[in-house]
Amino acid sequence: MVNHITMNCEQVWREISNYVDGEVDAGLRSSMEEHFRTCTKCASVLAGTRNVVALYGDERMLEVPAGFGRRLEKRLTKKAQGSRWASWTAWLVPLAAMALVAGTLMLTSSSRNPMKSQHAEQGKDIPPDMVVVVSSGAKLFHVPGCQFIHDKASERTLTAKEAMREGYVPCPRCLRQYLKTGLTREAGAQVAEGTDPDEEKEAPVQVLSTAGQ
Amino acid sequence: MPETRVVLNTTVDNSREQDLISRVQGGQRELFYELVRPYERRVYAAALAILRNEQDAEDATQEAMLKALMNIRQFRAEARFSTWLIQITVNEALMRRRRERTVPMEGLDGHRSGDEESEYAPRDFADWREIPSEALERKEVRQRLAQALAALDRKYREVFMLRDMEHLNIQETAEALGITVASVKTRLLRARLMLRDLLAAGWEQGWFSRLPFEKGTKPW
Repeated sequence: MVNHITMNCEQVWREISNYVDGEVDAGLRSSMEEHFRTCTKCASVLAGTRNVVALYGDERMLEVPAGFGRRLEKRLTKKAQGSRWASWTAWLVPLAAMALVAGTLMLTSSSRNPMKSQHAEQGKDIPPDMVVVVSSGAKLFHVPGCQFIHDKASERTLTAKEAMREGYVPCPRCLRQYLKTGLTREAGAQVAEGTDPDEEKEAPVQVLSTAGQ
Repeated sequence: MPETRVVLNTTVDNSREQDLISRVQGGQRELFYELVRPYERRVYAAALAILRNEQDAEDATQEAMLKALMNIRQFRAEARFSTWLIQITVNEALMRRRRERTVPMEGLDGHRSGDEESEYAPRDFADWREIPSEALERKEVRQRLAQALAALDRKYREVFMLRDMEHLNIQETAEALGITVASVKTRLLRARLMLRDLLAAGWEQGWFSRLPFEKGTKPW
């Protein structure tokens, strides 16, 4: 049999909140329970306190203004997107720097990329993997051994595709069989008997116009 | 017997929550609202209890959630996510109140509760019975409860709100408000007893009588 410590009402009230929370030790709890059995006032206080805790603890007591969730979601989404943009921009800085360096290198290495003649596309019938030669200061690419190669000391071997990508145009003599128009082939044949196109450093169009006269 | 707390509609799948937290911490910040949505009413209520103004409370809640988002990597799994959110919200609300100093310091109706250390004696000893939770379906009941809470002095209202409405434990409540555990217990006791008296008085006046209880009987 448990020996209860007799408690008066004031002592019970002081501990009633802890009792409701289950934060009293076994001896105190036993004494309080004994008191509740015999004191209707304190039993009423206990029941009311439990009601208060139960009612206010219900989520239905937590009301939010209309549209609250939607506004919160909107703001959080905006922030999330903003931070993502910020993180992207953080990446973009080094990326942009890399792109700038790469672009500079490309410009440096491909300073001859612009077509050296508007007739460069005339060579599109040439097999792209065909080995051709170019030389510095010239505008044409040639079949190796072509007698019209300018400055043979600076001769460089590459494919026709690469040469065209670098802006070289086909030599109207050694490559005339690949040139599209009959006029070109005819002109090329005629030019072959005349001046060295590389030496005159003129675009084929001028060679052709000369030949047409 | 210890009181068993019944909290409706707060079941959160812990494993799913942990997964969401990991994903947001990993950079999927667009998932953050999904993570906080189960607690949005609780964090708003915390801000409202401190600021006592709906617009201020909403602003504070939004700001607090933004801070939570930006500091999500600081959250540690050993803590409850809901408690972490509530603590951030309480900090934000307290900071705003200190900064703006526009919030009334005391209860709406001047229901002074005297010195915290003095005894509070219950005033009403009507025979309370368990009030069915269905009572909360009535807006009038919810409003009466809210009015009673608003009538408390700030220090009691805040402790009660965090402990009994936000379901923080005593220690968490003390930390959130920057007070001692002993103060939390003292204020909580007084808040509960005062609310009980305030509500009992209201119910005695009949505003609760229209609820569908058995004819001729009181609900308590």
